[in-house]
Amino acid sequence: MILIVYAHPHPGRSEANRVLLDAVQDLRGVKIQSLYDRYPDFAIDAAAEQEMLESARLVVWQHPLYWYSVPALMKLWFESVLVRGWAYGRDRPALAGKDCMWVTTTGSLEDAYSPGGKHDHPFSTFVPAVEQTARFCSMNWLEPLIVHGAHVIDKAALDIYAAAYRGRLQSYLQRHG
Amino acid sequence: MAEASVLRDAIVYLGAAVVCVPILTRLGLGSVLGYLIAGCLIGPWGLGLISDVDTILHFSEFGVVLMLFLIGLELDPKRLWQMRRPVFGGGSLQMIVCGALLTGALYAIDLPWQASLAAGMALALSSTAIAVQTMSERNLLSAPVGRAGFSVLLFQDIAAIPLIALVPLLGVVENSGEPAWVSAGRAFGAIAIVIAIGEFLTPPLMRLIARSRVREIFTAFALLLVIGIAELMSLAGLSMALGAFLAGVLLASSEYRHALETDIGPFKGLLLGLFFIAVGMSIDFGLVLAQPQVLAMLVVGLLAIKTTVLALIAPRLGVAPAQRWLFAALLAQAGEFAFVVFAVAREARVLPDAWEALLTAAVALSMAATPLMVLAHESLSARRAVSKRQADDIEAEETTPVLIAGFGRYGQIVGRVLFAQGVTATVLDHDPEQIDLLRRWGFKVYYGDATRMDLLEAAGVAKARVLVVAVDTVKDSLAIVDLVRSEYPHLKIIARARNVRHWLELQERGVETVERATFESALRSARQALEALGVEPYEAREIADRFRRHNLASLRALQPHFHDEAKTVAIDKSGREELEESLRRDRETRTGSRGSEGWH
Repeated sequence: MILIVYAHPHPGRSEANRVLLDAVQDLRGVKIQSLYDRYPDFAIDAAAEQEMLESARLVVWQHPLYWYSVPALMKLWFESVLVRGWAYGRDRPALAGKDCMWVTTTGSLEDAYSPGGKHDHPFSTFVPAVEQTARFCSMNWLEPLIVHGAHVIDKAALDIYAAAYRGRLQSYLQRHG
Repeated sequence: MAEASVLRDAIVYLGAAVVCVPILTRLGLGSVLGYLIAGCLIGPWGLGLISDVDTILHFSEFGVVLMLFLIGLELDPKRLWQMRRPVFGGGSLQMIVCGALLTGALYAIDLPWQASLAAGMALALSSTAIAVQTMSERNLLSAPVGRAGFSVLLFQDIAAIPLIALVPLLGVVENSGEPAWVSAGRAFGAIAIVIAIGEFLTPPLMRLIARSRVREIFTAFALLLVIGIAELMSLAGLSMALGAFLAGVLLASSEYRHALETDIGPFKGLLLGLFFIAVGMSIDFGLVLAQPQVLAMLVVGLLAIKTTVLALIAPRLGVAPAQRWLFAALLAQAGEFAFVVFAVAREARVLPDAWEALLTAAVALSMAATPLMVLAHESLSARRAVSKRQADDIEAEETTPVLIAGFGRYGQIVGRVLFAQGVTATVLDHDPEQIDLLRRWGFKVYYGDATRMDLLEAAGVAKARVLVVAVDTVKDSLAIVDLVRSEYPHLKIIARARNVRHWLELQERGVETVERATFESALRSARQALEALGVEPYEAREIADRFRRHNLASLRALQPHFHDEAKTVAIDKSGREELEESLRRDRETRTGSRGSEGWH
């Protein structure tokens, strides 16, 4: 089972993320949890979230990149769901051995993420905070799917990303039943 | 005409009390002395306005009965247990030492031993009425000296009961021709009935009556209860006071305790006042003036013995050395129980009439001496040291930091959230059904009208940090806020507003934390409606948030003008247009954007 934890404050206004989600949502064994739809008041039900995570094999974190990080509600989700004694700090952490895949869309083309560019740092600089979150919970870090300049690339380019996303999840499902 | 004379007597009593009591309290001498002097003035030896003293004395003894009922109510076994050391340790020490010395002294001046014992023990009792009032007038009740004093008085109140009951045994018991087992059986029967009434009959009955919501019927029932029990006891040949006390104890842990207290309180106050007036009237000045030396000796001896003993045992009760003489002065007088014991003793032929008159006069004079002694102590110690004030430590009573006035659906939710966090709020409500439910949850519930200061105080408003005002009517809510604001400005008030006007009224009174009862839930419904129309949940929330912000801002703008109806309407209208405008603007900018700020 694949759980996509999706965080977009206004899912309806997203273009890239919606195309990506549309590409995978009909796959059997994929469940999408849209955090902003589920918890508009930020009152996250940690126990329910943990239960969902426990039954997943692959956890996908999908969101637009805000201020080089996850949206506020997903950050809160990290803080209230991935807690000590459950996600870490015990003999057998709940997520140990599960796989984690990061899917994010940025508002800049890749060259903006380079020394001297708009963001002055390569994109890889911003990965470790998320990657280490997964690793700290003893999850395996899969190759992330990063869609740069999601609002400027054309539909065809976006479709390629979407197809790649679908392909990866599909083969994961085939491999793990 | 009988009615005319009753009314005339009432005018005399009330008039004398109204004149004397305020003057005496103004002078710092306390109300009891005021009543006594009023009695002396209007009695046979004064202006002679009242002649039928014995009837009045007898009638007004009912004030003592009511007082004992209230003392019983105060005697919550749990509280008594917490105070057991000072009450039973210190109290009994004081009683035994004072009683023994006084008995010895009276025996030495030629009283029969039975009379010496009865009078000696009676004189060892202090006057709760005078001492507590003097202490509260000086804000001493929560200071160590006040608490020690209160413990001693509490023990005396308890000790007075068996004393009153046992004094007749010292006398020549008239044989009524009835075998002892019959009278004993009757006594036990009466006590059993009192227990049955207090334990089983009264609580459901009170609930039923409270449900009728006719306030004065509850008061009538409370009086009926006490008078009925007193009558039952006197039929069985027992002390009325004992019965009332027993009934009080039985009801001490009931949820209606405070309602009973506030209802019976005024009657007790008036009847006790009448009792003191009657005592003042009954002082036989002829007898007293015939033996001025004996009377002087009695008063001085009584005060000397008790003051010395009290000052000596004060340190054992946790009274600071500097305050031991204050403690002694507060409790050195003999009390109202002495009058009762003397009356019982005379009837049982334990105490000769002449001695009763002298002793009664001595007690009255010792009471009169209390404020003078306290004043003397104050001026002496003021001269001695400017001020070595010790901190008043707050009494660690079982009060909760949160009071909830009104426990309907609204107050309940507040209370339950707090409860889940281990904060058991004290609840004031006048709905008996709620009370049952709450007690099952373990809440501390005071039944009654939360707009009454005495009930709020009984519930511990003085020590609370937060008051949640969730009563149903706007009128009550504002009344509570007004009451509490002026007396307890430190208290944080969290109020529920029924409507915009109420909200504005509360804001005007400086209550910052006001929630409109329906506003938040209405916003939620609005969000759900938006969602049903296809608006995303988070966006619906943002819309509601904006609406709330705007709404509060326009309410605040309304604040200075809300007494002006026309302007209110105008502002309200312009506010609505402004909101529409801002919502429209917002929507335009939103649909133009592709995501949130900070998407890089």
